[in-house]
Amino acid sequence: MLRTPSAIAGTVLVGLMVVLAVIGPPIWGDQADLIDAGAILQGSSAAHPLGTDNLGRDLLARVLVAGRFSLLLALAAALIGAVAGVVLGALPSVLPTRLARLVTGAVNALVAFPGLLLAMFTAVVAGLGARGAVLGIGVAIAPGFARLTQTLAASVAGADYVSAARMLGVPRRRILVRHVLPNIAEPLILNLTQALGGALLGLAGMSFLGLGVQPPSYDWGRLLFDGFGRIYVTPVVAIGPAVAVALAGIGFNLLGDTLARRAARTTVPGKKATTSVAADTDKPDEGAVLEVKDLTVTFPGGVTPVRQLSLSVRPGEIVGVVGESGSGKSLTAAAIGGLVPYPGTVGYGRLRLCGKDVTELSRKELGTSLAMVFQDPMASLNPALKVGGQLAEVAVVHQGATRAEARGRAVDRLGHVHLPEPDKQAKKHPHELSGGMRQRAVIAMGLMGTPRLIIADEPTTALDVTVQRQILRLLREVTEETGSAALFISHDIAVVGELCDRVVVMYAGRVVEELPVDRLATGAAHPYTRALITSLPDMDTDRTLPLASIPGRQPGPAEVGDGCAFAPRCALATDRCSTERPLLSVYGDAHQVACWEAK
Amino acid sequence: MAATILSGPTSRPVLRRLVRFAVSLVVLVLASFAMIHLIPGDPVRASLGPAAPIELVEARTAALGLDQPILTQLTTYVSGLLSGDMGTSFLTGEPVSEVIAARLPNTLALALLATVIALLAAIPLGMWAAVRTENGRHRGTEAAFGTATGTVVAVPEFLYAIALVTVFAITLRAFPPAGKDGLESYVLPVLALAIGPIGMIARIARVETLRVLGTDYVRLARAKRLPAGRLYLRHVLPNTLTATLTLGGLLLSSLIAGSVLVEYVFAWPGLGLKIVEAITQKDYPVAQGVILVYGAIVLLVNLLVDVVLSLSDPTSAIKES
Repeated sequence: MLRTPSAIAGTVLVGLMVVLAVIGPPIWGDQADLIDAGAILQGSSAAHPLGTDNLGRDLLARVLVAGRFSLLLALAAALIGAVAGVVLGALPSVLPTRLARLVTGAVNALVAFPGLLLAMFTAVVAGLGARGAVLGIGVAIAPGFARLTQTLAASVAGADYVSAARMLGVPRRRILVRHVLPNIAEPLILNLTQALGGALLGLAGMSFLGLGVQPPSYDWGRLLFDGFGRIYVTPVVAIGPAVAVALAGIGFNLLGDTLARRAARTTVPGKKATTSVAADTDKPDEGAVLEVKDLTVTFPGGVTPVRQLSLSVRPGEIVGVVGESGSGKSLTAAAIGGLVPYPGTVGYGRLRLCGKDVTELSRKELGTSLAMVFQDPMASLNPALKVGGQLAEVAVVHQGATRAEARGRAVDRLGHVHLPEPDKQAKKHPHELSGGMRQRAVIAMGLMGTPRLIIADEPTTALDVTVQRQILRLLREVTEETGSAALFISHDIAVVGELCDRVVVMYAGRVVEELPVDRLATGAAHPYTRALITSLPDMDTDRTLPLASIPGRQPGPAEVGDGCAFAPRCALATDRCSTERPLLSVYGDAHQVACWEAK
Repeated sequence: MAATILSGPTSRPVLRRLVRFAVSLVVLVLASFAMIHLIPGDPVRASLGPAAPIELVEARTAALGLDQPILTQLTTYVSGLLSGDMGTSFLTGEPVSEVIAARLPNTLALALLATVIALLAAIPLGMWAAVRTENGRHRGTEAAFGTATGTVVAVPEFLYAIALVTVFAITLRAFPPAGKDGLESYVLPVLALAIGPIGMIARIARVETLRVLGTDYVRLARAKRLPAGRLYLRHVLPNTLTATLTLGGLLLSSLIAGSVLVEYVFAWPGLGLKIVEAITQKDYPVAQGVILVYGAIVLLVNLLVDVVLSLSDPTSAIKES
């Protein structure tokens, strides 16, 4: 809890305030009330560092003594506000529906009102003085607390224990007192710290306006009121109370912030991992659209979700990357697109796009020759911009098209992906399109440039089955028409088998098999690939038997040992498999596999 | 315009907000009417002081209509409000509506300027902090930003006002210390009002920007290799504005009534200074009128924020349903 400087500062300041409130009056009390007719209205001096007031009393001592009264008044106001707020907030859950709605409505209306306005209203009614000010600030704090209580109570109202109590016929008042309030007490108490800070500043403000504490009593606000009247002559007299109020406000705010955030705090990884770039020995493949060699993605703490991955894609080819969740396939796609989230680091022996190393490619080349399609089409379109505008952007930014040209091209591309009435769709916002139409629009966005490679990361997963088919057909069509290649990432081996020319199977961050699609059904060599295929139900599957599945689970990126990662789940595994990792080696024509038992 | 609003797809939420506004306004009028009657004892006596002769108190009570049955008083009050009559000041005998009309523009000018300046300073600051601290980079910046904004927010505006007066008006004599006299007299009060909100809005802007930076559409926009300026201004900024501008609207309404302390420090001839005078001198009709006007403005600004948001945000139609 005390890990951040602001938390430390807040705790120290609030601690000092509390100590001051306890020891202030007994130590400096006499000095603060000592009237010295010979030293009235003085400025700073050795005897009175902050000067004296109109009766010659020492202002430093008065500031130190006033801490207790200021804090006590703030505490009273905060408690009044909290109690009134909790009652107001809890009432709707015991009142009849109509009354409950009335109370909720009233609270919502009051929350929107500035606190100072409520405080002044109350102060007018209750009269000038500390009592009116405390009541006023309490009233100002109450609506916020009521809203918080309502929100929290609503969040536990659906809990099983509350439903159970309700079913047992426990009266509503009892449910509230015994089940709901105890469970929301902690956040309410945490919120009290901030309310206390707010009350202290509010009361200081009221006293500063002359509407709060009246002489002979004094709090910091009142001392500031007195000092402000003399600010033109001796500005130093305002410093003491001003600094006290500022420090108290800062302390309570920083501590309150920390307390409120305590529950939500999550751990974060500490240090960056080092990047290891393997030696680049052999010749690059000039003809490939994409060539990846020894790609590794590392996260801090030695977690390596993608390990020494190599693959290449030739022009016009559709390559499927298939694997379970967590096999590293999406990160592979992100690494190729240069979109790995921080703090991940990407290392590679070679990463070439369109015959050039990615570091040599300009933004323009990357922006026009590489298209990406993500899983959720709603999330990948900007909700604030019209569809046509988002498409046109690539042409404007990278190809120097005028707005009109770019718009025309956007409409043309939307027609290309079979959106009905493309000129109308271009003028719509993303939320006005269906999921399938949005995914078409995202694909059309990729077509705005001259894509050489389309990376599609689970593009159909969020769509329903009939729309899936259309999108797959569209991807196929688009690659055939434009000559673009595609890297198609999916967990669904059936879809991959249908769409792709070549399949790359990933397991625990590594490629375990790479084969032409026509060999997938019968010629797969790796036990994992075969298991994936047998787990697919077809028309002949005996539906009285449970669906075939692979026993065990994929190891996490931090759990991979020396041997073959699949060995613990593999029926063919030998001792060698668990100690020595098989390398990807040629198995047949355009077919590679990493398995000791594949012969 | 009104017809198209009400017949469009957004008509229902807009209508509901109008109804809510009307109900709140009625409650506000009732509350301001009740204020004088909630004061314990005789407000006229309290205002004139114990030494005032009985005849004067009775005459004043009759003039205010406080001797009438309460329902008659309410109808008189409401019909007076409808014709712009808010009573007369106990102290000066001026009509309250004239006092308010003379002072309201000064208060509005302060609040509006402070809001604009706070937004212009805070949004770029928050976005910069978000981009710099995205994904946990630059933890130092993050800590400094959090502590600085937390500190700035925690200091009340009247302390900024006093500090600004002391430094820039009294010591450096660069700006006038009080009153409204020419453009330079706006500088210090507007600054005093804007400093705290800058910290608050910068925080919200940072959080909102971080949320938007994490979305797929920004990932896609990054995949398109847009230049940084275009990425942040066109793809990120508009999506952070809903939350930030809502806050700006609420800020405006809170500054209108919240400028009381700053007006007091700078002796600014606005509503805030007037209400402090009215409360200390027990000039109840003025206090009542100013509170009513403050409340109505707050309601109106909040209504405008709601309506503008529901008309401008393309996704709010979905959120409503």
